[in-house]
Amino acid sequence: MALLRVENLHKRYGHEEVLKGVTLAQDAGETKVVIGPSGTGKSTLLRCINRLTEPDQGRVWLEDTEITSRRTDINRVRAKIGFVFQDFNLFTHLTSLDNVRLGLMKVRGMPRAAATGRAMAELERVGLAAKANAYPAQLSGGQQQRVSIARALAMDPKLILFDEPTSALDPELIGEVLSVMIQLARDGMTMIVVTHEMGFARSVADEIVFMEGGVIVEQGTPDKMFRSPEVPRTGEFLRKISDLYGESR
Amino acid sequence: MNLVFDPAWLPRLGQGVLLTVQLTLYCMGLGAVLGAVLGLVRVYGGGRWSPLYWVASAYIHFFRGTPLLVQLLGIYLGLPTAGILVGPFLAGLLAMTLNTAAYQAEYFRGAIQSVKSGQMMAARALGMSRAQAIGHVIMPQALRLIIPPWSNELIYMLKYSSIVSMTALRPETMDLFGVARSIAARNFRYFEVYILVALFYLAMVLILTVALRWVERRVRIPGLGTPGRGI
Repeated sequence: MALLRVENLHKRYGHEEVLKGVTLAQDAGETKVVIGPSGTGKSTLLRCINRLTEPDQGRVWLEDTEITSRRTDINRVRAKIGFVFQDFNLFTHLTSLDNVRLGLMKVRGMPRAAATGRAMAELERVGLAAKANAYPAQLSGGQQQRVSIARALAMDPKLILFDEPTSALDPELIGEVLSVMIQLARDGMTMIVVTHEMGFARSVADEIVFMEGGVIVEQGTPDKMFRSPEVPRTGEFLRKISDLYGESR
Repeated sequence: MNLVFDPAWLPRLGQGVLLTVQLTLYCMGLGAVLGAVLGLVRVYGGGRWSPLYWVASAYIHFFRGTPLLVQLLGIYLGLPTAGILVGPFLAGLLAMTLNTAAYQAEYFRGAIQSVKSGQMMAARALGMSRAQAIGHVIMPQALRLIIPPWSNELIYMLKYSSIVSMTALRPETMDLFGVARSIAARNFRYFEVYILVALFYLAMVLILTVALRWVERRVRIPGLGTPGRGI
């Protein structure tokens, strides 16, 4: 059974229907990359999965828990789903260590000492143990995003959602974040990544999902999507985005 | 002109200072608690059409929209007609607390709304309840933002506490200004006594200003500089 199932998801903002029936399934250990022009509902899709945005219609399951059910304790579900934001959203008043530790202590109820150990291990994993006592405003964008990945990892998530994690970064800082994400994918973390980084998609995605106009236009392995897309629009978009962002990374 | 200061005034003025400080600090503390609750209701209380929001807004508009003096006399003279007896100190404290709470509610609302929305989102995404997110993420940041306007309010209240001299008749319930008036009325040294009292207020304001600046620096978030400095 799939780890995550999304079924016929709809979301409307005023007159504009941003999601027009999105269905997808994700297995444990799989890395899915979602691409598409801006304004096509990619971020909304991620936010509907953990109900940071309430979908209007459709259902989402994490294993056998229906996330979209009113009876589900959404806070318990969210604790199992990591979320990495485009603009990091680290807690500005807390050090890196406290950012990573807060969820462990307040959501998971872990004692301080154990939480500290776990948080330090995650900071180590993203290469930032030395910055444990730095505040977000003292870190570069790339470092902030790595701390936010550590914050997500510390919760032992079954799945991490990445919402354009490198889009707010200077070009020279993108690499350090991508290499952390590539390592995660290789370690078997289940990830859904909305990104324009085609190099990342090509090297670690198990599946690429192309969205446009609130629907999934086409999905498949990177090989299929890059070499022989079935829908002409997919090939067109991939060529354009590859030219724009390059594939060297 | 011949100014005469009598050291014998000082013990009584000192008592007045004590009462003024007590009144100010109590009303600011209680007002902060009530103001925080009202501010939270205005932001998170379920929007414009929820009864809670409506009650909080009506409260704020009423107490900001009417003079503190009217509120004080309403409480001091009005409550006894309803069978509730309040002394001058309690009436003063009640009026000042209710009044400052309305102003502080707006400062809290502003400070809470100045915290970036992504902070709440990140906290909720971790699995925190809304109350946890407010307690661990939003309020610690909002409280830092509220210090400058709160300092202003503290200074206002310290000075406006002089209106309780309207209701105090016995010396032991008099604030600094009340004491001054009664001394001056007895020996006709109005000018000298009011100069002295003005200096007392000024000294208290300066001490509080320095203290709050110190607090502000103490809780400053490292890496976040003063905006615009050095430009």
